[in-house]
Amino acid sequence: MNRRTSIKWVIAVSAAWPHFGQAQAPEPPIPVGQGYGTDPNLMKVYHPGDCWPLTLSGPQQRTTAALADVILPADAQSPAASTIGVVAFIDEWVSAPYPRTQKDRPIILGGLAWIDAEGGRRFGKEFAALSAGQQASLCDDICDAARTGAAFSEPARFFALFRDLTAAAFYCSPVGRSDLGYIGNVARLTFEPPPADLLKKLNLP
Amino acid sequence: MPFVVSQSLESSYDVIVVGSGAGGGQAAYTLCMEGAKVLMLEAGRNYSVDAETPMFQTPDQAPLGAADTPQKPFGFYDATVDGGWYVPGEPYVNQTQEDAGRFDWWRARMLGGRTNHWGRISLRNGPYDFKPRSRDGLGFDWPIDYADLAPYYDKVELLVGVYGSNEGLENTPDSSPGCLLPPPPPQIYDLLMAQRAKRLGVPAIPAHRAVLTRQLDYRNSPARLHPGNTNAQRLIAADMRARAACLWATPCNRGCSARANYQSTTVHLPPALASGNLSITTDAMVYEVIIGRDGRASGVSFVDRTTGKQRQARARVVVLAASACETARILLNSKSASFPQGLANSSGKVGRYLMDTVGSTVTGQIPLLESLPPLNEDGADGHQLYVPWWLYGPQLQGKLGFARGYHIEYHGGRRMPGHGTATGLEWLTGGSYGAKFKRDVRRYYGSFVGFDGRGEMIPNEQSYCEIDPVTKDRFGIPVLRFHWQWSEHETRQAAHMQRTFGDIIAAMGGHTKSPIQSDGALAISPGGSIIHEVGGTIMGADPRSSVTNKDSRTWDVPNLYVADGGVFASNADKNPTLTIMALAWRLSDHILQRMRHREL
Repeated sequence: MNRRTSIKWVIAVSAAWPHFGQAQAPEPPIPVGQGYGTDPNLMKVYHPGDCWPLTLSGPQQRTTAALADVILPADAQSPAASTIGVVAFIDEWVSAPYPRTQKDRPIILGGLAWIDAEGGRRFGKEFAALSAGQQASLCDDICDAARTGAAFSEPARFFALFRDLTAAAFYCSPVGRSDLGYIGNVARLTFEPPPADLLKKLNLP
Repeated sequence: MPFVVSQSLESSYDVIVVGSGAGGGQAAYTLCMEGAKVLMLEAGRNYSVDAETPMFQTPDQAPLGAADTPQKPFGFYDATVDGGWYVPGEPYVNQTQEDAGRFDWWRARMLGGRTNHWGRISLRNGPYDFKPRSRDGLGFDWPIDYADLAPYYDKVELLVGVYGSNEGLENTPDSSPGCLLPPPPPQIYDLLMAQRAKRLGVPAIPAHRAVLTRQLDYRNSPARLHPGNTNAQRLIAADMRARAACLWATPCNRGCSARANYQSTTVHLPPALASGNLSITTDAMVYEVIIGRDGRASGVSFVDRTTGKQRQARARVVVLAASACETARILLNSKSASFPQGLANSSGKVGRYLMDTVGSTVTGQIPLLESLPPLNEDGADGHQLYVPWWLYGPQLQGKLGFARGYHIEYHGGRRMPGHGTATGLEWLTGGSYGAKFKRDVRRYYGSFVGFDGRGEMIPNEQSYCEIDPVTKDRFGIPVLRFHWQWSEHETRQAAHMQRTFGDIIAAMGGHTKSPIQSDGALAISPGGSIIHEVGGTIMGADPRSSVTNKDSRTWDVPNLYVADGGVFASNADKNPTLTIMALAWRLSDHILQRMRHREL
């Protein structure tokens, strides 16, 4: 199997957006007509692809689904990430025309290519085709940027971002809300103080 | 017909009100309920709270999980239309792009303006706040004092509905009996914060917010609001009955179609329209006040955004409530032979002494709040308690190194999961993934408490706006250029906020992801980012050093008033909206009185 064993990380793009992550930065503005605009309809239900075209290829979607399920697998409380639209969410994110999402795009696309290449280098298969143990051995090397050596610093950056996007999609969803035991967003007649037994347990007045 | 297009304006009105937010809404309400014929001109589009408020929508129903973007800087579901720190086709200029010298200008282009999305925090200025120079020698005294405004604070609270409590604390005024609605009950994170802050000598008391924790008192309040005016009493009683109490769900910054919180569009405008005395023209971008040969304002010129045509409207009185900076811009752009430096600017002070609120933020993770059982903590969108400034004495004695105070707002609880709920957790999880990550997210959800300081900025000569000589907006109207500088009073205050938040978090048994920022210049949020800008047409006792007098009337033009935050001579830590409304009611009473005396 003659696969690429490394890719060039496109970091220069990110340096072009110095105010990344700061909502208060007025520059650079989004050209009028791009994105959902400054007066979108807030009442309709949107799906990925409604506001701008999705761009992930079939193989990229396959790798995204596999990695998302490694990060948030099914357990007794909730299903796996790929079953509730996480792949489409990540596709929408990296396809969006905003400074922050455009900064994330090369990191995600580069990381997806890297993790397939690394699967090939180590085990002769792309990431989605690896066994659970093989996937874990690969992810263990890149899951914590604080412990990762220099060789994996860019893949670790990718993994952290990918995990954040996977978690964002998952916990924004009804399944995620239920998993966390969120019981709000319902109209009520009263708003109550906390239960007395909980206050007692926490030594609160 | 209450909503009129610019082609069908009447030949003249009693009063033109420019802007439909807190100041414009209140002025129009007061004037119309007392019988004046008012034309309100709003630069933005019409906006229907009923049809456009996403009350129970969830983030999975929005693009990008409702995350913030430059087009929706407070997230997809924020009520703001065509706004934010960037408005298409309506640029502004900063003298420098450095954070320390930049002012970012938030606008909304919609009926009701920023009141549709604001935080609803409704604090009264206290007695010290009107006389800061007398107290510590810095900034400016207002030409009015607390006693002048107290009756109007009462009226505004009765009208819009504000929850809170009377605690009798220094420079933190009590309301008159019956004005406040009961505050919502503190939750686990409130009680823990209050318990631990108290050990540090930091008091936590019920917050004051414009949210109806129960229905307004439609039987008794109308007579207190409009004594002797049975028609106005009838109108407002009917409107109070039509407003629901809080549903204890959905964030207030989306707006509220149950009308359970204050926004101009749900509280001020409906009864004013019902009076038959209010006409509203939206998409009317006012750029100039017209001055007659007698030196009085005779009306305004505006661009009809729907046609691009320039129009004029006429009235006996003009009230500018376009927002502090936009009002300064209109005045500076109203140049004539009699007013070569712009209108009402004989003092040279239009645009000067721009102020924002000092802001700084720290978030703590609190192990005691981990893995709590399911609790519905949505409430009235949080803000059960807050911390008023508590160090007046030591500060006056010069022990703090900065002259003015701040209050603390904070947020926590098991609120609706969203885009940021499970992101950036590596510092706690060690980079977990898989089944362990799912358990970690459950454990840490609801265990974060974020602290925001909101402090007073002292006006200075380096913070101002002027007309940029080159740039124009898409209507051809010259735009503002901003200059900004914090003094050490503000940066040291921001550093003090950081230390205090770190101390409270530690006292709660918690920790922070990053070290506490000891450099105030790095801890302070950029100018404009708290969106409390005031000044630019400050009121004073001397026409040589102020733009407006104690009645919010411009010194130079006897029938021209300012009803937004522009007239603030200081910017106390208290959020400005309630004071804007109280001042607008007061100036409207003044206009009505002068009309009755045939002075206007």
